[in-house]
Amino acid sequence: MCSRFPTKWPLWLALTLAAGCNNGSHVALPSNEPAEVGVIDSALDPGVGHSLVTTDARAAAYYNNAEAVNTGKRLFSQYNCSGCHSNGGGGMAPDLMDDVWIYGSRLEQIHQTLVDGRPNGMPAWGGKVPDQQLWALAAYVRSLSLPQTIAAETGNTPSQMPAPVPPEADQDAGWAPPPGTTNDYTSTIVGPSGPEVPADTVGPTNPRPVNAMGAN
Amino acid sequence: MRTAALLTLSLVPAAVFAQTVPAPVPENEVFKREDIGHALAAPTPQAGHTAASSANAPPDDGQWTMPSKNYASTRFSNLSEITVANVKTLTPDFSFSLAVNKGQEAAPIVADNTMYIVTAYPNIVYALDLTKPGAPLKWSFSPKPAPASQGIACCDVVNRGGTVDAGKYIFNTLDGQTIAVDVKTGRPVWRTQLGNINRGETMTMAPTVAQGRVYVGDSGGEMGVHGWIAALDENTGKLLWRGYSTGPDSEVLIGPDFKPHYAAEQGKDLGVSSWPPEAWKIGGGGAWGWVTFDAELNTLYEGVGNPGPWNQEQRPGDNKWTAGIFARDPATGSARWFYQMSPHDEHDYDGVNEQILLDMPFAGKMQKVLVHIDRDGYVYVIERRTGTVLSADPYGPVNSSRGIDLQTGRPILNPEKETKLGETVRNICPTASGAKDWNPSSFSPRTGLIYIPHENLCMDWMSEEVNYIAGTPYVGALVHMKPGPGGNRGELTAWDPVQRKPVWADKENFPVWSGTVATAGDVVFYGTMDGWFKAVNARTGELLWRYKVDSGIIGQPVSYKGPDGHQYIAVLSGVGGWSGAVVSGPVDPRDGSAALGMVNAMSDLPKYTTAGGTLYVFSLPH
Repeated sequence: MCSRFPTKWPLWLALTLAAGCNNGSHVALPSNEPAEVGVIDSALDPGVGHSLVTTDARAAAYYNNAEAVNTGKRLFSQYNCSGCHSNGGGGMAPDLMDDVWIYGSRLEQIHQTLVDGRPNGMPAWGGKVPDQQLWALAAYVRSLSLPQTIAAETGNTPSQMPAPVPPEADQDAGWAPPPGTTNDYTSTIVGPSGPEVPADTVGPTNPRPVNAMGAN
Repeated sequence: MRTAALLTLSLVPAAVFAQTVPAPVPENEVFKREDIGHALAAPTPQAGHTAASSANAPPDDGQWTMPSKNYASTRFSNLSEITVANVKTLTPDFSFSLAVNKGQEAAPIVADNTMYIVTAYPNIVYALDLTKPGAPLKWSFSPKPAPASQGIACCDVVNRGGTVDAGKYIFNTLDGQTIAVDVKTGRPVWRTQLGNINRGETMTMAPTVAQGRVYVGDSGGEMGVHGWIAALDENTGKLLWRGYSTGPDSEVLIGPDFKPHYAAEQGKDLGVSSWPPEAWKIGGGGAWGWVTFDAELNTLYEGVGNPGPWNQEQRPGDNKWTAGIFARDPATGSARWFYQMSPHDEHDYDGVNEQILLDMPFAGKMQKVLVHIDRDGYVYVIERRTGTVLSADPYGPVNSSRGIDLQTGRPILNPEKETKLGETVRNICPTASGAKDWNPSSFSPRTGLIYIPHENLCMDWMSEEVNYIAGTPYVGALVHMKPGPGGNRGELTAWDPVQRKPVWADKENFPVWSGTVATAGDVVFYGTMDGWFKAVNARTGELLWRYKVDSGIIGQPVSYKGPDGHQYIAVLSGVGGWSGAVVSGPVDPRDGSAALGMVNAMSDLPKYTTAGGTLYVFSLPH
């Protein structure tokens, strides 16, 4: 969850956490040059297939696992997931066949979504059903948008022959600038109140108004 | 390799992957109107002129204070500045962005030169000052309903509008509140929490307000709710009574006053005994559509939704009191009669559509009738003192039944189209959303015709075992919809309730999911899901004018007199609802079973419209 913070959090807290959370990728603090303090838009990009790395050793067993996706398919119906998500196409709840992942596409992240629920109507299943069933469901959900699963579709009810999830599907180095673009981390936003204060000196006892995280 | 696959997916337009729209159901699969329509007596038009009574439809004051226009629910505007001859010059006057891109089903409400609009979730209310150029915003109110309610609403996060009465604008929120706001300030006078999303209850209907009481009901027939109607005190929001749709008579508010016409509705605690043990507690029957107050007979008519789950084999019995109409005492909720259009519903034929209250010639004399245009495909003309069906005739494609037996009141089911566990029954007409859904018709006393906006869809259905898990759907059916005979998925039909037949019909490519309004200029207005707002001749159906708006229309048009004395027509754009979820929701056109099978018939809609949400107001140049 590095670099993803609620926009209501104070900037100092976000920056402090980010500083302690460098996963070796692109997360960087604002430069002190030029003269103004700025912020960096979150590198987490909801709505695309890649996602920042989170790991859970339990996930490994559910890759390349045909039994898991088939079990997940059965549970998807038995637990009424299909009531909202249909056969992957959605309805009351989002489409799971496309490449849009609001809360991350890795099995760990889908599992976490199942455990915790999500604010726009996704129930929390953690503690309600055995955890290995949630992992099997996560594998099935991940499988719905795999090209192999979509290619196996024949008729008007997709997701009937879910492909096992290859580990490569979730191998992702995290966000990178789209090809042909540059991402200038040194760009800054002019703060509302005068000369810069180095970011790491902004603390709870010395709050100063700065632009909020993101584009606010 | 993965990157390549992703790029391919994201660069190719989704429409390429959309299924093709299925072939229409053949003409010979549905029954002929003449063969299955029935009436207790032959038409006697000479016995009088069809009209609403003055108690239920008082003289038009040029306002539009409730979605149904008046208690009779005629949705008829007596304004006549806009006519068949001049409507071709109709021009947009102003527009207003609702800032919500979900299905907009509400009627703009006009009272005291102010227009009130409630949006789809998050149910923002706007008040616009019609006395000033461009109708600037007077105030807005954000009730902030619980976000989780979005995941509990079966068929998009719609709202069917509010009502102005006694200085308050009264509306419901998706998370189950009824709220009254002061029309002057936009501040809440009261807010009452009635629904519980953890039990699958949401609220999408438009309240009915009369005699100082507010009548509201819940949605959730696909979520295993224990459906109800409630009456609140208009001044305080205090709950006065609540009548459930299923369960013991004490909960349904059935007592000594209950005198149903048909034998099948007579007996004690049928709301329990017509279900498997305990099933009535999660049996659906929401009152999510129209509740009509009859000022003349001091009676409330409540349309009741479908039983749950959709898999009918899990609920043997008549499933009282779902998929029918209650007449109730407005003060106490005490039931007077009930008529069940679909006993033991097998096809999701909710009974919630509008009830139009008319005085109509039948069997040689004028009778007080309720005209109900049901999901099951029939126009019911019901004598509204007793709940006796006088006639029932199909207005859309029907093969799920072979007519209504007027001795018993029950449909004559077609065994070939009964739904079954684990077996796909094909080409059932009408489809689950009905020959017509919630979107209301209008009636013109000038033509005597009812202008029915409706669908022409059929379906394939396979029932599945389903578990009840509170807060999740309780459906149990794999449905795939398809166009009905002819392939036009929608139609506007002008129906003569006396002669029991259509006078004209305008075909539409997509289901007509908007309401209609009829005017004294003999013009009928409606909108299409591909974004045309249309005016047609009320007597012939001839298209007179059309205007392309930003998004498909599923809202309820209205007609009002502005402060300048001129006639205005207003409508919300914003496609969505069950039929438009493939555009407004995160729904994939590749899954025909998505949105309860609607996507199978609507996968091409994204090629015609995008999501939106805008108020449009039109007038003649002046």
